Parts: sequence; structure tokens; C-alpha cells
Amino acid sequence: MFKPSTRHNLPALTADVKINKRQSTSASSSSSSSSSRWPYRLNFYDQPPVLDITLEEFEVFAIARLRVLTHIEALSHRSLPFPQFSSAVGTYLKQHLPLSSNTARNVNVLEERRKDEIGHWVLRLAFCRSPDLRARFLRSELALFRQRFETDDAAERAAFLKSLQFDWQLVDAGEKARLETELKTCLWTSGTSKDEAFRAESWFKVPWHTVPDLVGQRRVYINGGMAYVPQSLQISLVLQAFGSRLERALELTAKNLPRLDEDERLGPVLDHLATSFLSGLGAAEYQSESDGNGTTVTADMVDDVARKHFPPCMRNLYDRLKRDHHLKHFARLQLGLFLKGIGLPLDEAVVFWRRMYGATMSDDKFNKEYKYNIRHGYGQEGKRMNYAPKSCQAILTINQPGTQDSHGCPFRHFSPDNLVIFLLSTYPQLDRSSPEMRDILDSVKTSHYHVACTRVFEVTHGLKKGQGLGPDGETVTHPNKFVDRSREMERDRMEAIKAKEGGGDEDVKMD
Amino acid sequence: MAIAVNEHADYDPSSPQVMNAFYRRLFPYRPFFLWLNQDHVPAKLYTHREFAFTLQGDVYIRYNSFHTADEFKREVLRLNPSRFEIGPQYSARPRDRKTLPAGALQPQRRELVFDIDMTDYDEIRTCCTDKKICKRCWGFIAAAVKVLDHGLRETFGFKHLLWVYSGRRGIHCWISDPAALDLTDDQRKGLVTFMEVIKGGKEQAKKVNVRGSKDEGSLHPVLKESLELLKPEFVDVCLRDQDCFRSEQGWETLLALLPTDRDVVGPLRADWKNSDKSSMAKWEQVMKLVGEMRTSNSPLFRKYERALEDIILQYSYPRIDAEVSKHRNHLLKAPFCVHPGTGRICVPVNPSLVDEFDPALVPTVGELLNELDRIPPDSGEARKADDYEHTSLKPYVDMFEKHVAAILRDSRGAKRAAKEESMDF
Repeated sequence: MFKPSTRHNLPALTADVKINKRQSTSASSSSSSSSSRWPYRLNFYDQPPVLDITLEEFEVFAIARLRVLTHIEALSHRSLPFPQFSSAVGTYLKQHLPLSSNTARNVNVLEERRKDEIGHWVLRLAFCRSPDLRARFLRSELALFRQRFETDDAAERAAFLKSLQFDWQLVDAGEKARLETELKTCLWTSGTSKDEAFRAESWFKVPWHTVPDLVGQRRVYINGGMAYVPQSLQISLVLQAFGSRLERALELTAKNLPRLDEDERLGPVLDHLATSFLSGLGAAEYQSESDGNGTTVTADMVDDVARKHFPPCMRNLYDRLKRDHHLKHFARLQLGLFLKGIGLPLDEAVVFWRRMYGATMSDDKFNKEYKYNIRHGYGQEGKRMNYAPKSCQAILTINQPGTQDSHGCPFRHFSPDNLVIFLLSTYPQLDRSSPEMRDILDSVKTSHYHVACTRVFEVTHGLKKGQGLGPDGETVTHPNKFVDRSREMERDRMEAIKAKEGGGDEDVKMD
Repeated sequence: MAIAVNEHADYDPSSPQVMNAFYRRLFPYRPFFLWLNQDHVPAKLYTHREFAFTLQGDVYIRYNSFHTADEFKREVLRLNPSRFEIGPQYSARPRDRKTLPAGALQPQRRELVFDIDMTDYDEIRTCCTDKKICKRCWGFIAAAVKVLDHGLRETFGFKHLLWVYSGRRGIHCWISDPAALDLTDDQRKGLVTFMEVIKGGKEQAKKVNVRGSKDEGSLHPVLKESLELLKPEFVDVCLRDQDCFRSEQGWETLLALLPTDRDVVGPLRADWKNSDKSSMAKWEQVMKLVGEMRTSNSPLFRKYERALEDIILQYSYPRIDAEVSKHRNHLLKAPFCVHPGTGRICVPVNPSLVDEFDPALVPTVGELLNELDRIPPDSGEARKADDYEHTSLKPYVDMFEKHVAAILRDSRGAKRAAKEESMDF
């Protein structure tokens, strides 16, 4: 069993930054003896490094890795398919944290590996403090490990796996033959025939809860609590092992951190690292502009703004609310936060919702059950969190609509027929057989929901294809950006008209 | 055992006195404690467990926790809640949460739970809507219970499943195996995503998409097994009883779920428009058409065969409320609570007899109190036994106690094994 030996490690790294004199093989001198500490490119970071480093290295190595992790986190928010994600990370890694295989020439392999390992351990110290930081660190480290694992030289990777000595149970030939049909149906092959793939493949038997991701995707056969994982999906097992070990180790480090005999030179560095990771991510959230240029919306104005400016998802919810005088919880949340984002103040929001529910609900019920939630959304109740309006990504991926729900993204969560009906009835500019409609449906078919939504924006605002929301053809990534841009365009138009009229007046005077 | 139901109407489940009498005389505190605690001595599974009470007038009190079963009983009698819910075991006592640093109260262990609610079936049931439920709608629930129970036991290897009627129109399942208690949210999510087949909002016609992106793959062996279980249920419940495809809206949905092929869907629509064929007849007609393809056009046949399988799943596969199962901190109404609307007790249901279960025959709190009134006051025997033993609640408590005994047997065994191991050390 693995035991994270953080306790040995903490003093080693901090007490004086150079503790162990026994292992004086500092990286630069050990480049000749290649098989010493880092025989493989991949690393499970099981053993804390015991070696001399300078304060400067302590910080520089950590920052280099931090940069990579922040980049990974930003990329993962874009929900790219893995190959694309992997190559994007790969190019970035080459620049900031290269890690070459044993066969690489003209590189100091050991120096690279030393840098990689020290950076990892320093960041552990910085990120073990809160559950949130731990979770984010873990996610990014997992993605990094996965990228390296998948791009690693096959022979080296096999040797590395062997060195870890996992005790996975191999499914024997008898059982494999007995479960042939079941295992075959769970095999996702491309190209080669299933029979051939079946013969070549071998399976591990592990408790199902060690591979929850494969279970969720129905990629494995499960029986009696055991999941049958084909060798080709081994990565899941390895990642799971990496993740759970790191998670346990982080928790242990967190427990031991207060006991650390702290050297004042390191504390500030660690603090700084943690905060810069946190702040590196704010960009994805929507910041309302309404407080800046004072464009508040009142309850009376919502209807008008909805008809002119709402993106399809909000239009759908709003129309439903108007028709049914009711919305389910997640739909209320989606619409409510959005309205906050366009500048509907709390008191107006209460008026708006009260009016929308109409006679279907008594005042008493409204005040008791609904007002609280509205106030909660504005950060006036509970833990007083000022929730941000949901981004497209959140709407697309979090809280998928259940069978009776109407929230979500029409492009993603409506079946094509219903989407067409909805678009036609909502936007008179669209025509069933027009090329624009075909564009939209094609984008939906290829799961480019943002593109479909952007196309709707272009059509309804008299823009050419590709102009998008912004100057460089930005796509819709947030419902509130859709509205903001739409209202901005309206303002520009009004001003243009005013300017024209003003000019006309002057002409008259001149005469 | 015939119990006169309409004899007394004087016990109103919304009255505080009635609830108090129920909590004082009938609620099975002892097995309830053992079920949550899995041991005779109060452990963290009980002392760090969250209880949430809903009081009369919809006041909701969260983060209660108790040191002992007696303390719990005292508090229930004092607050006299209309119902209460059970949460997870937290990292500390939930009642101390205000004295803890922020973020220190984290959910840790929790039974794996499932919630099936009749409202999710509104689009396919024809007998009732909204809050109503009858013996006929129960057919859907019964089918769901059979499939889930089978899957959870055979596929995932769980043993201690408790099915509980929710008091009105749904059913809950509580899994108490140690392996289930220990699952993280990610693992729960994996399991639920595996089990969840019906997905998509109101505007999504085809709600079963389990064959990969091109919709061509074969079913996962476990789903295939479920499908075989569901085939007779589909015929009995959806075709015969509910007659799902008789109305125009019903058969239009069926046609929308078939692959679009002009030679099939067009003639069917024309035929059905002017007739009032039963669902059974319509289904047989579709089956016959598809059967004819087998020889004439086998790729098309396979396409239709897959579509028919998916339709059976869409109409009879369990519709679970996935969010409830995914997160440890979700609260779920406790067994043996009284449903405030119907007055019925949330009693355990035997999954192997789920077909015979009739929600209308579940005892209400009023009936139980009437039965208590009828005990002769001076009979010495009555003194000795617990009050519930003289009411129709008895078989349900017995079932619950049997379930709890099995859990305790296993947990004792596990503890002994752990002890031996630590001796080695």
C-alpha cells in the first residue's frame, strides 16, 4: 500500500531548503548516471524528492508548472475533444515544461525531470489548503498526466507501468470465453473486425467503482460489482490510481501543513502561488456591465427587451413562463440569474416574478417559497453568494433537463423538429427552407450549438454570415453577451438616427 | 385481514395531535436507529448524520444531529414534524456547524439512494395525471422496481436494498451496503449515468439514446438484460393496460420514434387516422411490417429492430430522478414517515411482490390510530407488546426489522475481520 510520506518531505523542502547531504547528487552532476532517480519520463510522484535546491529554483520551477496547469484549466473550460486538447497542451508544454523520453538527444533529460518533480511537490504545498484548491489542482494534474501518458513512447510506458506493480486481476482464458458475447458488445472498435479485436484483447477485472468514468459511458461490462476493463482502456485505471493517490496525499499534506516549522522565506511564495492560480480563471465568468453605464431594466421593460434582444434559450423560458405562469427550479434559476445580468434589480425582480406567476399562486405561497429563492439568487440569503449568470457552457453541460424540464439550450436539448417549430414561431426573419435555417440545423447536427446560436443572432440582426457578435466574428458564449451586443447595436442605431435628424434640423436652419 | 377503511374519518393527518400520537405510539425508533447506524452503539453513521425536519406550517429545520436514538425520539416528539428527511454522515456533527471553520462540514458517507416519481411518467401514462396515482399507474413503478432491483443486485453486487413507498406517487430505494455508503459523488454519478437511459427534456421526442453517436451500436449487455425483463411489462402495462398508442397524440409519438421511411410511416398514419385500433393491434401491425423486412431488406430491418427496442425502453425503463442519487448531501424522506397530503405511511415494499402492492391499501395514520383505539384497554398481552404490533403496520415493521438484521449481521462480520487484521499489525 502506498503511504504518502509528506511528513518526511515537508521539513526536507522547507527547514533549510538543503537538508540532505547524503544524496548530494544534484541533478546537474548526475546527468551521466541516467537510471538514478528518474528512470522514466512519467512519474507518479510517490516519493518526495530529497535533494538540495536553491530558493530561486523553488519558486521558478513552481511558477513554470503553475503556468502549465492554469493553461490546462483554461483549455478544459473550452470543452475541446481530447486530441485537440492534447495537442494544444503539448505545444504549450514544449515551451514551458518540456519533458523528453529516454531516447531524446541533445537534451538534459534528468534536469527536465528534476524540474518537473520539484515543481509538482512545491505546488502540492501551495494547493493543499482548501478542498476547492485541492480539487482544481487534482483535475489539472490529472489532465497533464493523461496528456503525457498518451504521448509517451509505448515501450517506456509499458516499463513504467510495470514498475508501479499494480495488482489488477487478469481475466483468465476460461472466463473470457464464457463471457465472449458480453465482452464483445462492450468493445468499441474501429476498422478491424470485432472477432479479431476480441481475440487480441485481454481484460482486467476490477471493482466497478475504481473506473466510474468508464461505467458512466457504458464502455465496460459489469457483473457482480466487477468491471471488465479491456487493456486498451487501461489509461482509466492508471489515471484513477494516480488521482486517488494524489488526492489522499494532498489531504495528508493539508493536515500536516500547520505543524510545519515554517521558514519565513517560503510562506509568502506559497501564498502567492495559490492566489495566482485562483485569479487566473476569472475571465470565463460574466461581469455585468449594467452598473457601469447605468442601464437598469425594470419589470415593465422585460417584455420589450425579451422580444427584441433575448437569446433563444431565454426567449423559450420567458415565453413558457408567460404562457404557463410557472417554471421548474432550474429554469427559474437560469432565467433569474440572466435577468439579474441584464440589470434587473432585486426589487424589480420580485415584482417581475410575482406578476409572471399571476393568479396561479397565492401571495402567501409566493412570499414563502419563491421570494427566498429570488433573494438567494441576488446574494441576499443563505451564504450570500453573488451568483453569476450561467454561461452557455454551464447551460449546455450542467443540470441537464429531466423529462419535465424546459430549461437548457434549445439547440442542444430540443429535438430537431421541435427546434425548427420553435425558431419559426419565435423569429419571423427565419424561413423553413432558407439557407440560414439549413446552416443552423447543420451546426446543430455537428454539435456546434454556439455556432447555431450565433447564426440566429446574425440573421435576426441583419448581419452577414461570419460577422458574429463582435468585431472579430465572436461566437455566442454567454446569453448575457448576446443581449448586451444586441442592445448595444440598437443604441448605435438610435444614435445614428438621432444624429441624422439633428443634421437635418441644422440644414433647415441654414436655409 | 379486512380493515374497515371508512369507519372513522375523525383522524386528520394534518392535525398535530394525530401526528404526535403516531410518533409517540407507532414510529419504529429502534429498527430505524439500527438501520442508519449499522451497529448497537451509536457510531458516526448516526451521530454525524443530518436530519432535516419539516414542521407544521412548512418551517424547515436543517442540520439537526443526535447522540442517541432516545435523543432523536425526544426531539421528534417535541417538534412534532409533519415529516423528516435523512442526509449523509458529515465530517463533524451537523448541529455544531456554526462553530466549525468554513468548509469543515463535508458529507462523507451516505446510503446510495434512488427516487422514482410518477410525475416523470406523465407523458406516457393515460390513467391519471399530476398528483394522482392508482393501481394502474403502479404498473410503471413495479416495472421500474424490478429492473432496478435486478440491476443493482446482479450488476453492481449490492445486497441490502430497501424499497420504500413514498406515500403518494413514487418509490425510494436505500442501499446500505458498506461499499454503497463509501461511494464518492463521482462514483455515484458514474453508476447513475450507467443506469439512466431516458434523457432529454419536454421537446425531445426520442429520449433513449444509448447506442453511441451514430445510433447503430448494439445494446450494452446489462441493458439488453433489462430489455428482456421489460418486454412482458411493456405488453402488459403500456399496450394492454395504459393503451398508450390509442389516442392520436399517443400514436403520433410512436410514429415519431420510428425511423423515417416513407413506405412504413406514411401508410400507418393513413390507416390509424381513421380507425380506433387498440395499442396492441397497432404494435402488432408495426411488428408485422418490421418482420417482413427481415428477408426483403435486412439493413433496414436491423434499423427498425433497434428502434423498436428503444421504444420499449422509452416506455417502460425506470425514470429515475438522477440528481437525488448523484450527490451525497441530498436529503430524502425517511421511511415510516407519514405523507402529509395522503396520510399514508411510507412503508417498505418487497421488490419480489411489487406487482401485488397497491398504494391504496397502504395504511394511513388515521386507520392505524383507529386500530389502536380498538385494543381492549386491560388486556395484559397488549401491555407487553409494542403498540404497532396490534395494527396493520406490523408486517411492514417486521419486514424492516428483517432487513436491518441482515445489515447488522454483515457489519458485525466485517468488524470482526477488521479486528483480526489489526491484531496482525
